[in-house]
Amino acid sequence: MNEFIKNEYERLVKYYESAGGNTKALLSKDYASMVINGNKVLAKNSTKEIIIEAEKIEDGVYAHIRIKKGYKSKNPVHLCFGMLPREGRQYIRTEIFAEEESEVKFIAHCIFPNAVKVEHIMDSNVKVGKGAKVEYEEVHFHGKEGGVKVIPKTRAIVGEGGMYNSTFVIKSGRAGFVDIDYEVRLGEYAKSMLLTKIYATGNDLIKANESVILEGAHSSGVIKTRMALRDKAKSEVIGKTIGLGAYSRGHVDCTEIIMDDAEAIASPVVMANNPKAKVTHEAAIGSVDKKQLLTLMARGLTEEEAIDVIVGGLLK
Amino acid sequence: MMLKIENLRIVREGKEILKNVNFEIAPQEIHLVLGINGSGKTTLAQAIMGIYPCEGKILFEGEDITHLSVWERARKGITLAFQEPARFEGLSVKDYLMVSAKNKSLNRLEEVIKMVGLPRNILFQEVGDNLSGGERKRVELASVLLMEPKLAILDEPDSGIDMLSCKLISEVIERMKSMGTSVMLITHSEDMINIADRATILCAGKVVASGERDEIKRLFKYSPCPLKR
Ligand SMILES: Nc1ncnc2c1ncn2[C@@H]1O[C@H](COP(=O)(O)OP(=O)(O)OP(=O)(O)O)[C@@H](O)[C@H]1O
Ligand SMILES: [Mg+2]
Repeated sequence: MNEFIKNEYERLVKYYESAGGNTKALLSKDYASMVINGNKVLAKNSTKEIIIEAEKIEDGVYAHIRIKKGYKSKNPVHLCFGMLPREGRQYIRTEIFAEEESEVKFIAHCIFPNAVKVEHIMDSNVKVGKGAKVEYEEVHFHGKEGGVKVIPKTRAIVGEGGMYNSTFVIKSGRAGFVDIDYEVRLGEYAKSMLLTKIYATGNDLIKANESVILEGAHSSGVIKTRMALRDKAKSEVIGKTIGLGAYSRGHVDCTEIIMDDAEAIASPVVMANNPKAKVTHEAAIGSVDKKQLLTLMARGLTEEEAIDVIVGGLLK
Repeated sequence: MMLKIENLRIVREGKEILKNVNFEIAPQEIHLVLGINGSGKTTLAQAIMGIYPCEGKILFEGEDITHLSVWERARKGITLAFQEPARFEGLSVKDYLMVSAKNKSLNRLEEVIKMVGLPRNILFQEVGDNLSGGERKRVELASVLLMEPKLAILDEPDSGIDMLSCKLISEVIERMKSMGTSVMLITHSEDMINIADRATILCAGKVVASGERDEIKRLFKYSPCPLKR
């Protein structure tokens, strides 16, 4: 590592650590990992069974991650995507291929602590082989300015009996502008759960467009969205499940709490063309539940404190 | 007096729900409120907690609290357990109990959980739909116990509790009393009635009698509600 990269790496890792990232794992040879700042790969580590390749492309970074057939990883793969400057555009195109019967969990930390005008664009293709299991957990740490645009797109294809679960959470700072676009196609007996948790304030705008397409018989998918919006924040959530396979089961579950002048639109879409499929939805948008509020206030919490407890639970 | 209610009147949606209600609760007293369905027991309980605006006066330890908010009343030592407790997504029983607990040690939480007849591992479950109605009610009672209030208003703490466990709940309430808490107890169950010291009968939003428990109990059996709404 040259001096400049080393310096940058150390600065990012410091943020990574204070964001709850596992620094030891990042430095360990036993963990597959990759650290990207801006459009530069600062470090990466493959293991015998998890091979990470990355290269610079014209407008960003291309990374390819392969988990070998039958390999069940005990250690998660740690990814750290950072953007330390106040301005800039990060574009990361990834291809993840979990081969047959493999199992892996990704923990991706996305860190934009100083963002005033930062764009983070992810373009992922995920292929989950027959019987393989992939969990992808994406945790965001933003700055206080709200100057982040997060635009993650994922196309996942899950083979027979496979599983793809993803979680998207903004842990700290202003959400900014978020535009999630996920689509998962499930084969026979495959499963998927897409979970999004966001707390939006100021003039944050959150868009989420998530689909689970239940192609295979007996496949099942859940799209779960939890949001709390304050001030003038807005959200537009589309959760779509499409039942094509016989005995496939899909469910869209969206709960949003709105306060102040916030606005939320949730459109659960359930579609089926197979009479043996079953797709359902529930969506609830409203202010903080009165009874929850009164219960906590009857224990001595002020209204603000009570709201924090309720929202904290919902987004936990 | 711990609590003194004077000429309390509540109107909701143009309907007079409580009319000229007067009664008192003494320190360390279990005060029973009896009344047929719709007589106004829950409304009275919630009014004391500060949930509805009302006319009249509510005195707590001699201080006029009529214009205090719910949480201000709670910080003075009043709490209420709802007839149908709320559910909280994502909040564990432990986190929930921590909100009210005066002594926040895990040991104390475990002790109280045991006292209300729940297994220890329930602490790590969500206060959500996964708890049964009875379990949820017990968690509520535990939350009240942990707060160590001066006045606990319990709105049917036994509803949804199986018959065998009602005795346990009664014991818990007696324990509260021995720890120095006054209890306003709303119940329909005969067994639980017997732990009360004094009682008040509400009927059509009015107090029709108030006095020693056995006397009031007899009266209530003989004539549960002599007035019409
Ligand atoms: N939100 C409301 N608006 C108007 N009237 C209400 C409202 N809630 C309850 N009431 C009325 O107030 C009266 C008293 O209700 P309350 O719930 O206090 O009775 P209760 O004695 O607790 O009955 P129960 O034994 O069934 O719990 C009832 O006639 C009820 O219809
Ligand atoms: Mg009632």
